[in-house]
Amino acid sequence: MDWINTTLQGTLLGGLYALFAAGLSLIFGVMRLVNIAHGDLIVLAAYLALTTTVMLGASPVMALLIVVPLMAGLGYLLQRLVLNRTMGEDILPPLLVTFGLSVILQNLLLTGYSADPQKLQAGALETASLPVGGLSVGVLPLIVFVVAVLTIAALQWMFYRTALGRAFRATSDRQDIAQLMGLHRAHIFGLAMALSLAVTALAGVFLGIRTSFDPAAGGARLIFGFEAVIIGGLGNLWGTLAGGVILGVAQTLGAKINPGFQVLAGHIVFLVILAVRPRGLFPRMD
Amino acid sequence: METKMTKSLSVARATRMSGIAMGLLAVIVIVMALAPYWAGRAELRLFGEIFLYMALASLWNLLAGYAGLVSVGQQAYVGFGGYMFFALAILWGVHPLAAIPLAGLLGALIAAPVAVLIFRLRGAYFAIGTWVMAEVFRLSFAQFSALGGGSGTSLPVDIVKSLADGRAAREAAAYWLALGVVVAVVGLVYAYLRSSRGVALTAIRDNELAAKSLGIDIWRAKFTVYVVTGGLTALVGALIFLQKLRISPDAAFSVNDWTAFVIFIVVIGGIGTLEGPILGTLVYFALRETLADLGSAYLIALGVLAILIMLKAPKGLWGLVRARSGAELFPLSRRVRGLDD
Repeated sequence: MDWINTTLQGTLLGGLYALFAAGLSLIFGVMRLVNIAHGDLIVLAAYLALTTTVMLGASPVMALLIVVPLMAGLGYLLQRLVLNRTMGEDILPPLLVTFGLSVILQNLLLTGYSADPQKLQAGALETASLPVGGLSVGVLPLIVFVVAVLTIAALQWMFYRTALGRAFRATSDRQDIAQLMGLHRAHIFGLAMALSLAVTALAGVFLGIRTSFDPAAGGARLIFGFEAVIIGGLGNLWGTLAGGVILGVAQTLGAKINPGFQVLAGHIVFLVILAVRPRGLFPRMD
Repeated sequence: METKMTKSLSVARATRMSGIAMGLLAVIVIVMALAPYWAGRAELRLFGEIFLYMALASLWNLLAGYAGLVSVGQQAYVGFGGYMFFALAILWGVHPLAAIPLAGLLGALIAAPVAVLIFRLRGAYFAIGTWVMAEVFRLSFAQFSALGGGSGTSLPVDIVKSLADGRAAREAAAYWLALGVVVAVVGLVYAYLRSSRGVALTAIRDNELAAKSLGIDIWRAKFTVYVVTGGLTALVGALIFLQKLRISPDAAFSVNDWTAFVIFIVVIGGIGTLEGPILGTLVYFALRETLADLGSAYLIALGVLAILIMLKAPKGLWGLVRARSGAELFPLSRRVRGLDD
């Protein structure tokens, strides 16, 4: 029973990791961009939510109404003003520019909010739990998991059922032809990054409610998201959810064996999968 | 017409300028080798640190700028080298001077299986994969209780004393080791890039498909560079922690100290050139010595500078110099002589 409980908690934690990963997966799918600052943007969203809750006295969930559009706008501007200038055959410029962005963001947060760990206060929601067949399931982790599933379903629907999704897929397949067909590539890229950072905002707010965070917390979030993407297989959003769950379960089981082993266990499972199935468990894309 | 046909063409690498530069470099190395006799303790420490960063930057540049292996996880090898040096010296009683090259060797040995695994990731995902490896190293050494676990350990006094008699002699020894390693690393990278393997590497960087069709084994070429770079980075790591005399997982595997700064140095100086990392290190330390009091504002400025250079002048400061004057201190490219005079 104890192990079942641990696995369940890990599965729910995996929902949060899938949220970390979804934004990463999205921009890689559309424009082959890997954003090293992704984790720091998640932490930025958490801090923006913190400021919103403190200034307006609103709950963190209400803060989403402000933080999500704010991050989406930031994403669009970031892509149009900076990142579009780095797009091309060479992978070095986007990589190094987002790496620089990561260091800038960390130090801006350090200057603005100090190095003290912070947390978003969600009141009774934080401790509420549901009894399920002898186990007790936290309401908050359950909400995060459901939000992750809904987010991925929505992204999947957007990709395959809407005009915007068609534009994304066309640009992903052949940028130059998509441009010839009248798609404005720079704008499409901007929209993809806006959507990515909107999901990132969700991830950041839920991260902030679940655990404490500090300006240096971004690196680990990027790595967890990245591991979920690779475990699940590139280009497969449902695979990313599965990857997040596998990582979450590996971490909680590792922590049960030895608390110092939590994160390491996740990395080891990732490396084993990389060794055995280099393209991930459910690959869709090369 | 006749005269033009008979005019002799020749291909040369060295120019008069590169000859002068090499001579000047030799003089600088000799002057720096004598530094323990003319510089103060603080300067000596600073010079040593500059040399070690120069070596790290040259190695990262070989990896990213020539082999196209953009790693953000080289702190794995800096930390591994440092820890192996401490383990060999403290746990197995190896003399420090023997422990340093051994740490480098072990670094190369561990780099081989790591490469086999992470070479499965392409491009930008390779970069994050290297970071995961560095985290695995950090978390593993944090579990290593014989060397203090998460809080780390110091190098015992008797081991420090076995390096040389007296404080001044020890500091001079650590300094000479740092100078020696930067001369060796830059010399090695230069020799490698001039060799046929180096030409193959440049061909891969410029066009992988064309290089492959000429029969170059791309995987092996990159693997060799990764393993050699890993070993030498571990060697530099051993020297870094010989200077610091204390090691802990967070300091040893710091992504900021051993990767972010090194990347900024190479980008600012000029990626994909031999001169870039050297110039970048000097600029970085000049900035650090004048602006370090600003704390995080300094890091923000450094990040902004690196982004601006990547966007506006991707070949860095040395690229700007070279575009204006055609200067090349380390002669790598071939020039045809006798065409236009």
